[in-house]
Amino acid sequence: MKAFTQHKGLVAPMDRANVDTDMIIPKQFLKSIKRSGFGKNLFDELRYLDEGQPDQSCEGRPLNPDFALNQSRYQGASVLLARENFGCGSSREHAPWALDDYGFRAIIAPSYADIFYNNSFKNGLLPIVLSEAQVEQLFAEMYKNEGYELSIDLEEQLVITPSGEKIAFEIDEFRRHCLLNGFDDIGLTLQDADAIKAYELKRQASAPWLFNAIKAGV
Amino acid sequence: MSKTLYDKLWDAHLVKQRDDGSALIYIDRHIVHEVTSPQAFEGLRLADRKLWRVDSILATPDHNVPTTSKERESGVEGIEDPVSKIQVQTLDDNCDSFGITEFKINDKRQGIVHVIGPESGASLPGMTIVCGDSHTATNGALGALAHGIGTSEVEHVMATQCLVAKKMKNMLVRVDGRLQAGVTPKDVVLAIIAKIGTAGGTGYAIEFGGQVFRDMSMEGRMTVCNMAIEAGARAGMVAVDQTTIDYVKGRPFAPTGEIWDQAVEAWQNLVSDADAVFDTVVEIDGNGIDPQVSWGTSPEMVLPVHGVVPDPKAETDATKKAGIERALEYMGLEAGQAIKDIHLDRVFIGSCTNSRIEDMRAAASVIKGRKKAASVKEAIVVPGSGLVKAQAEAEGLDKIFTDAGIEWREPGCSMCLAMNADKLGAGEHCASTSNRNFEGRQGYGGRTHLVSPEMAAAAAIAGHFVDVREF
Ligand code: SF4
Repeated sequence: MKAFTQHKGLVAPMDRANVDTDMIIPKQFLKSIKRSGFGKNLFDELRYLDEGQPDQSCEGRPLNPDFALNQSRYQGASVLLARENFGCGSSREHAPWALDDYGFRAIIAPSYADIFYNNSFKNGLLPIVLSEAQVEQLFAEMYKNEGYELSIDLEEQLVITPSGEKIAFEIDEFRRHCLLNGFDDIGLTLQDADAIKAYELKRQASAPWLFNAIKAGV
Repeated sequence: MSKTLYDKLWDAHLVKQRDDGSALIYIDRHIVHEVTSPQAFEGLRLADRKLWRVDSILATPDHNVPTTSKERESGVEGIEDPVSKIQVQTLDDNCDSFGITEFKINDKRQGIVHVIGPESGASLPGMTIVCGDSHTATNGALGALAHGIGTSEVEHVMATQCLVAKKMKNMLVRVDGRLQAGVTPKDVVLAIIAKIGTAGGTGYAIEFGGQVFRDMSMEGRMTVCNMAIEAGARAGMVAVDQTTIDYVKGRPFAPTGEIWDQAVEAWQNLVSDADAVFDTVVEIDGNGIDPQVSWGTSPEMVLPVHGVVPDPKAETDATKKAGIERALEYMGLEAGQAIKDIHLDRVFIGSCTNSRIEDMRAAASVIKGRKKAASVKEAIVVPGSGLVKAQAEAEGLDKIFTDAGIEWREPGCSMCLAMNADKLGAGEHCASTSNRNFEGRQGYGGRTHLVSPEMAAAAAIAGHFVDVREF
C-alpha cells in the first residue's frame, strides 16, 4: 500500500450526511476490471448534469455549478471534509479508488461506515475521525477562508489548522503502523504462514466438514 | 465465561492475536463474483502469489448478467453490453486459470452470490464466510460469521486464507411476539433499520434473537441478515436451531454420514449462552410491526404503509432536516403525502434480499388470478438462482406471473443495482424488494421504494401502494 506520513492540502467540502458508495462512484463505472481511472467519475451524479457512461470522456460534459468540487476555489483539493456515516452502502473498493484517483489523500468526518473505513487504509487514503463539533468548526473555517488548507501528521496524530491549532485524532495502532510504513498486508500475514497451517491441521481434525472441498462435479 | 454466538465464532477462528489489537481470522469459505474480483486476481498475478486453498472458493457471475432469455441464450457471448461482457469473461478466465469452481452464466446453479452459498451448502453453520460484497451477511442466517470485504481483502483471503480483523462489539436485536398475517421478514428488518438508523449497527455484529426469529423460516432469516449492513453492521446472524439443521441437510456441499452427525452435534452449540452479555440490546415488539415502505433515499427513511411522508419542518436536527428535504426533492414527494398515494411506474421482485423460492411463492400468492395495473409500465420477477427458477417453474409460479402481465426473468442481480439492462428511467417510482434506495441505485434519477415481495406484488396489481393485509 501507499505510505502516508504527513500531508498538507487544500480542503473541499462534501457537506451532507450518509454519503453512500453509489454516490461516490455510481455503479455503471464498476464494470472496469482495472483499479485506476475512477477519479473522473467521482461523485458523478452530483458533479455532472447528465448521466455518465463508462469509457466516456468527461470533457465537455455539463458540470453542476452548485457542486463544490466544480468551484474554482476547491480545485486541487486533497483533503475532503465530510459528515457522519461517510461511505455507507456497499463493500466496493472502487469508492476509495475513486477518491484516491481524484487526488484525495485524507478524509475528515465524524464517522464512517465500517467497510469503507477499512478499505480506505488499504489504499493509502487516511480517514480521520473528529468529533461533530470539531468537524463543524472546520467546515465553518473552510467556508470562511478561501484556499483553506490543513496539515495532517499521522505520526503525531494531529490535524493542524492554518492558525496553528492542533487537533488530535485517534487511530488504531496496527492501521497507523501499516500506513506509516506503506506495508503490504499480504506479505505481513504470510510471515505467519506456520501459524495458519497449524490452525488448519487442528481444525481439520476437530471440524472436518469445514474443509469439504468445493468441486465442480457436485 | 459465557459467550455470545459471535464471541464463539470469533474465538473458533482466531489464528493469532497480535499485540497491536488486530487479529488474524481464518476464513472457511470465500465466494467470488465478477465485479470485485478482477483487481484481486491481477494483484495476485503481479506479486506472483498463489491461492492458499483453492477448494474453499466458489465463484459465479451475478451483477452483470442479463436477465432476458434472448440475451442469455448464448452465454457470455450473448451479453450485449461490451463492458459487462468483459467483466463476466474475465471472471471465467480467472477461475479457469486459477482452478476455481465457478457456476458459469448458464449453469443451472448460477445465481446471486448470497443465494447460491446457502442453497448449495457451500455456506454452513459455524463457518466464517466472506465475499467482496456487503450483503454477504445473508449467510449469517445459518449461524455463521459472514461479512462483506473489499477487493484488497479478497486478494488477502485468496493468498492467506485469513483476514486481518478487529473484534466487533455485540448487539442483540430482540423481536418478540408474533407477526401479523401479511407482515414479513422484510418488514421486520425495515422496522429495525427505521428504529436504529443506517449507522446504528456500525462497529457491531448483530445477533437477531427472540420469538419472531425462532418462528421464522431460514429464508426469512436470510432476508433479515441480508440487510444488517443497511443498519451499519458488517455481520448479522441468527442462532442455530432445528430449522437451520433441517435446511442444511442434503444440500450438495453439506457433509454426509458420520461427519454430518459430528457436525450437527457441534452446531448445537452455536447459540449465545443464556447469560451472555451484549454491549447493546435493542427490543422491538413483533406484534406491532406493520408492512413497511421506504419513502426516501436511505433505508432508514421507512414508514408503515398507512403513514404519511414526513415534514422537514418538524425536524429539529439540522443535518437530518437537510437530509429529508433533499430526499423529498429527489423522490418527487410532498410532505404529508400518504404512502398509499404513491403511484408506481415499475415493480421489481428479486435481489439477494427477496429472490428465494419462498419470496416467489409469496408474490405469486398475492398475484394469482389478478392482473398488473395498466399504469405500471413494467413489472419483473427475477429469481435468485437457476435452481430457484426451476423450482418456481415446477410449481407453476411463472405462469401466475406471466398470466398477470408480469415478466419472468433469468437469475441475477438485475434491477437491484442496474448494472445490466434492467433499470429505471429518471423520475420513475419503483416498488422494489431489494435493499438499497440510494439515489440513482436502480437507474439514473430512479426512485426506489423498498418493500416486501407481498407488498410489491400488491402494488403491481393496484398501481400504487396498498396494505397487503387488506388486499
Ligand atoms: S442483488 Fe443487489 S445487493 Fe444483492 S448482491 Fe446483487 S447487486 Fe448486491
